[in-house]
Amino acid sequence: MSPKLKLSCCTSALVELRSFLQRSLEAYGFSEVDRHQVTLAVEEVCTNLIIHSHASNPKEVIYLEVKELEKKLAIEITDKGDAFNLLEYEVPDLKKVIEEKRKGGIGIFLVKKIMDEIEFESKNGKNTCRLIKKFPSTFEP
Amino acid sequence: MLQLERIKEENKDILRLIGEVDASNSVLLDQSMQEILQQGATFLLIDGSQLAYISSAGLGVFMSYLDDFSEQGIRFAIFGLNEQVTEVFKILGLDRLIKIAPDKSTAITLGNES
Repeated sequence: MSPKLKLSCCTSALVELRSFLQRSLEAYGFSEVDRHQVTLAVEEVCTNLIIHSHASNPKEVIYLEVKELEKKLAIEITDKGDAFNLLEYEVPDLKKVIEEKRKGGIGIFLVKKIMDEIEFESKNGKNTCRLIKKFPSTFEP
Repeated sequence: MLQLERIKEENKDILRLIGEVDASNSVLLDQSMQEILQQGATFLLIDGSQLAYISSAGLGVFMSYLDDFSEQGIRFAIFGLNEQVTEVFKILGLDRLIKIAPDKSTAITLGNES
């Protein structure tokens, strides 16, 4: 059974997202640092969706599913908002972010650094973002 | 949940972060930093020893003040971060832009170096 979560589109739900991920990531032999970082990456994508695609409307939802694939784990995030393709998002220069005193824009940078693979597709109004992390070499399913 | 505590020690202002900083509460961190600076702080230390988690929303708050700190000669350092949170600072390269120390006394020494 792959763990699933239905998340309300408000930032106060992020704490629920973190506890779901911490529980769901326990079984795969990831180090504490890796679990922390994967949790962060998933939260960054969900925060973007909540704020930018769903205007923090708590009546709208995002669906998450943690799927065990061969040698890797995929966290699948689906929603029906305006599509945000993070593969096309150009990562800003850190120095520029500091100069411009912007308080956002670095979340996707973290996602791209942390995850091994990112997939995105938008079909019939449904967006799917797949964040993929390889299992540690010591892990045997 | 995020709790913020302000402590004044001689010429230093210490802001203690307790809990988790995410997009739902990073504005509180921003407000506290702003208040401390408006009151004329010259040496700001962030006590991160009880900080369990910080997302880009919180990191962005620190980053947005870095230019002000160097322009106004305000000394700034963060101390006590756990291993997981330290790694997040490193991914962004913030460990090269912000003085990060294991404990308060090292943070004070580092802050005084600039």
